[in-house]
Amino acid sequence: MKRQAKSTIRTSAGSKIFDVCNVLILTLLSLVCIYPVWYVLAASLSESSLLMQHTGPLLKPVGFSFSAYKAVLKNPMILSGYLNTLKILILGLATNIVMTSLGAYFLSRKGVLWKKPIMILITITMFISGGMIPFYQTLQDFHLTDTHWGLILPFMISTYNMIILRTSFESIPESLCEAARIDGAGHWKILFSVILPLSKAMLAVMVLYYGVGIWNGWFWGSTILSDRSMYPLQVVLREILMANDTSSMTAGVAAGDVEAVGATIRYATIIVATLPILFVYPFLQKYFTKGVMVGAVKE
Amino acid sequence: MLRLRDIRKDKEKSMKTKERESFWIQVKKDWKRNRSLYLMVLPVILFYILFHYKPMYGALIAFQDYNPRLGFSGSEWVGFDQFNRFFTSPYFGRLVKNTLLLSVYGILFGFPAPIILALLLNELRAKRFKKTVQTITYLPHFISLVVVTGIIKDFTQSTGLINDIIVMFGGERSSLIQNPALYRTIYIVSDIWQGIGWGSIIYLSALSGVDQQLYEAASIDGAGRWKQLIHVTLPGIAPTIVIMLIMRMGQLLGTGYEKTILLYNEATYETADVIASYIYRVGILERNWSYSTAIGLFNSVINLALLIVTNKISKRVSETSLW
Repeated sequence: MKRQAKSTIRTSAGSKIFDVCNVLILTLLSLVCIYPVWYVLAASLSESSLLMQHTGPLLKPVGFSFSAYKAVLKNPMILSGYLNTLKILILGLATNIVMTSLGAYFLSRKGVLWKKPIMILITITMFISGGMIPFYQTLQDFHLTDTHWGLILPFMISTYNMIILRTSFESIPESLCEAARIDGAGHWKILFSVILPLSKAMLAVMVLYYGVGIWNGWFWGSTILSDRSMYPLQVVLREILMANDTSSMTAGVAAGDVEAVGATIRYATIIVATLPILFVYPFLQKYFTKGVMVGAVKE
Repeated sequence: MLRLRDIRKDKEKSMKTKERESFWIQVKKDWKRNRSLYLMVLPVILFYILFHYKPMYGALIAFQDYNPRLGFSGSEWVGFDQFNRFFTSPYFGRLVKNTLLLSVYGILFGFPAPIILALLLNELRAKRFKKTVQTITYLPHFISLVVVTGIIKDFTQSTGLINDIIVMFGGERSSLIQNPALYRTIYIVSDIWQGIGWGSIIYLSALSGVDQQLYEAASIDGAGRWKQLIHVTLPGIAPTIVIMLIMRMGQLLGTGYEKTILLYNEATYETADVIASYIYRVGILERNWSYSTAIGLFNSVINLALLIVTNKISKRVSETSLW
């Protein structure tokens, strides 16, 4: 409607010039946004010696070689990082989804006497926190340091996500729950056989939000874990990217090959650690944005 | 007269007890009906108490000279000593300045960027192109900070891409990320790069909520696209902009420590070190528990105050507020 109404008056030269500029600006912005990723991908597939000599923007791999990837996959730290992250991801997502659903369900019910005080108890934590150090000490007190549970339990609920999920639960017609209640269903039954099956799209949003957070998280992993074999992927990645010498990168690579992958292995490591997100992202984009929309409505 | 007053008193008394009784009856009824509901929320409450409220209580060590061997109950209370130590420390001025400058630059340049992107996207007629731009610009949001800062360091090192370009234009090579004068620019530009697309979603959803009839009315009145933007579009998304700005103000002293810790180094502390990264160094790395907790407490009190003040101002000026 709007487009039609506008297009009738959109005949002035200025308007046309604007349209052209707009497309140009947005094309340029898109290129700027995607180029670093493209650069890393191209560099990772290049031949190390050629890449070292290369200057200026990289449009495609110089030479072509998988040797950097072979070296990365031989690195035992990468493998253990992947496994640790997967373990945290699976256990973490399970607790995230269960806890967030329970909280969101409670907050979405009407006519519950203690709902308001509990809501206040929860909302306060969005604005006030004890800070990094007392939080760390709490983890110590509960003996959660040096365990993977220390990266799961303290992050079971993101209040923001829970409020998004509550908004979604609230939009489910009350009559459906009422019908189930008349059939003798209790709250557990209503949650698991009425509410959750109807909120699959929003649960997908939750899985994605929590999942990306777990996948990309590095800070608490690097802070509470001292055993390197327990490091999640991003902590391993950080170590590799920070190291100036390539010894931590080329662990497990024969001495002669180190030279051959020195310049490209950083990039291959980045791609290996980011691949799942790059791969999953385009397909799930509509879910990603959905959460922002729902969150915005409530604000 | 006397009796009448007595009777009235009695009546009031009985009403009060009735009210109190009815409250307890309410509690009982509610418990009976919603017991399983409370059982469900119990782990959630427990989570908040253990991982949010316990640290808040633990923050009281800011007023102690905490000694891990003596524990919380055994350590000596020292009042505001830790705070004074921070205020008089040589780093205080530098930390506050760095933190504030990054936030202010973030608000000046980083805050409008997604709004402008949303407005530009909104003017596009080609749907496919719009979708493509969105997909591409959202992408950096999902790349981990470790990777993003890794790429930044790579591009800005003396043999990196940006230096290659500088040389093409006749400049000289230098390690940009080691240069304190350039740190803020690098920080803000990369922030915009990573956040512009994702940040625009919320404005796009606000834009789709603007009443289409207003555009029709405006165009009938002879308003061109520019005038429509000024008189219809911007007022339409103003509440969203204001809310986002309030939230941003509440973060004025909350510059992210994660990115700072990944990006800075000793050569750039001078402009890069912010309150949060200092807390990390003093607390987690040097184990100065009380001192770092006091700095953290100072930080969050200021943040909360800023949030409340901006919210109040906004309530007065634009009638938009968080609560």
